[in-house]
Amino acid sequence: MIGREQDYPSASPCQCRDCAAPTRGGKSRLTHTGRLLGLDRRAQNEPEQERGRQCPGHLKSEMSHQLKEPDKIPAGEITDPAVYFNRRAFMRAGIVAASAVLTGLVYRRLNRVATGTIDTPPLQGLTKPVATSAETAGFRAADQETSLQDITHYNNFYEFSTDKEGVADAAAKFQTNGWQVSVEGLAQKPGVFDLDDLRKISPPEERVYRMRCVEAWSMVIPWAGFSLSKLLDRVQPLSAAKYVAFETLLDPKRLPGQQSGVLDWPYIEGLRMDEAMHPLTLLASGIYGRALPPQDGAPIRLVVPWKYGFKGIKSIVKIKLVATQPRTTWSLQAPHEYGFYANVNPKVDHPRWSQATEQRIGESGRRPTLMFNGYAEQVAGLYTGMDLRANF
Amino acid sequence: MKEHDLRFAKFLLLVNGGVPLLLLGWDACRHKLGANPVNFAIHTTGMLALVFLLLTLLVTPLRKITGLNWLIFSRRTLGLYAFFYASLHFLIFFSLDRSFSVSGTLSEMLKRKYLFVGLTGLLVMVPLALTSTNAMIKRLGGKRWRALHRLAYVAALAGVIHYYMQVKADVRQPLAFAAVLALLLGYRLVASLRQPGSQPVAPTAKPKN
Repeated sequence: MIGREQDYPSASPCQCRDCAAPTRGGKSRLTHTGRLLGLDRRAQNEPEQERGRQCPGHLKSEMSHQLKEPDKIPAGEITDPAVYFNRRAFMRAGIVAASAVLTGLVYRRLNRVATGTIDTPPLQGLTKPVATSAETAGFRAADQETSLQDITHYNNFYEFSTDKEGVADAAAKFQTNGWQVSVEGLAQKPGVFDLDDLRKISPPEERVYRMRCVEAWSMVIPWAGFSLSKLLDRVQPLSAAKYVAFETLLDPKRLPGQQSGVLDWPYIEGLRMDEAMHPLTLLASGIYGRALPPQDGAPIRLVVPWKYGFKGIKSIVKIKLVATQPRTTWSLQAPHEYGFYANVNPKVDHPRWSQATEQRIGESGRRPTLMFNGYAEQVAGLYTGMDLRANF
Repeated sequence: MKEHDLRFAKFLLLVNGGVPLLLLGWDACRHKLGANPVNFAIHTTGMLALVFLLLTLLVTPLRKITGLNWLIFSRRTLGLYAFFYASLHFLIFFSLDRSFSVSGTLSEMLKRKYLFVGLTGLLVMVPLALTSTNAMIKRLGGKRWRALHRLAYVAALAGVIHYYMQVKADVRQPLAFAAVLALLLGYRLVASLRQPGSQPVAPTAKPKN
């Protein structure tokens, strides 16, 4: 029962004109909720003036008048008013509960938060290089590492979904069997490398890098991989090669996001040759000592820790050495918002939002963004004399 | 529809409008808002404000098309929920994203067009919420009240534009909101062209229950 107390049970005095009993203070003692759920007799009868001040018991017998002589109705046949109104209250409570549950389900459906576990195999022969110089000092950021859960369930990977929380689910079944990376263009020894070939170039090293997304959030990720320079050395770039162009797999069946026109597919990225050859520039195949899960760019991706995250092209199938600056997906999409260089720079805002601070995933409050994402000591020399505001 | 049924419907709406808030709060307590909880809460409350704004604007067309005049009962509750979620949207941004920095919030609001547009939408709703009581409807009189409450159109437009402006590339969702809003406003335009004298109704001030 929802109303605490009722003023109509048959045994208690009633206010209706057929009852001689005096009213009892007149004021309803029902709770507000009880009234809303239909326990308030007066609220129900008031609008219908003809019934006036009648109690449910009398109402019932009056209506039955036409059918039977009132005195012929056995007392037991008359529905107890308490039962009658409880039924209504019960139904209303049911409607409230059912609708609330339905609303809750709709909310849940539209606001799904990513959950799930990562069960990619552990990487064999992972090494953890110790810092010996300024350059290698960048290999292991001292920051608290972001959890594997967050790294694998908050992803910008539009080939699967534009919803960062939805990528993990959408990518779960992505198969990378027989993956090949073609390294071509201006090179002495271009070639096609499968994952085994790549493993033979170098055993995976753990690199703990800060990752700063252009959307002003950041993570600290223990990647596994090797410097891109090792692969490029293998193909022997020609002196005419000034840039490196990268390309993601184009396969709308396996990468369903490519069925939409949100971006021009396939995703393409590029680096200047000296950037590509920098030891910090990583070809990653793992995180947290395990093979890269699909949502983070399996089986092989680029990581350039001093640049915004979108430079880190995922699921790479082609690396091409070229003479001129290659086109890149986001700079084609919005040329005034995303440049070719995309170096992390707290002083150069995105046209629509500030880049001065960032939300480190797993922390509360924002922290200041560092020049070159904290890798200035290692990479500032690459951009000496360059206007970083013009070359954003 | 009977008075007590209407009151029950209002109660039902009140409960259901609060359900998302409850779940959001519950999820926040259990740390189930994902990797970027502040962003999640900002995004969710913003979406809820937009949904309630559109629902508010849906009442009149629906009422006129179906002839179910009693539907008007829902408009105030829906509108107040829109204002409530929009305020919450702003407050979470101000407190958890901007760390209660008034100058930081203000400078961002003025510098970023999409924030400025969003703030406009919120501020426009303040007088609407303040004049939502029966007493205020009586004081203003139906005509002035109706004129004032056309600001709801501005709020919805600002909300949708604000959403569209901050999206990086996938504009499908903001466009869907824009399409619904266009329909709702388009209906009103057509209706007013066909019947130049017709006015949207102001709820008659009723004695407090």
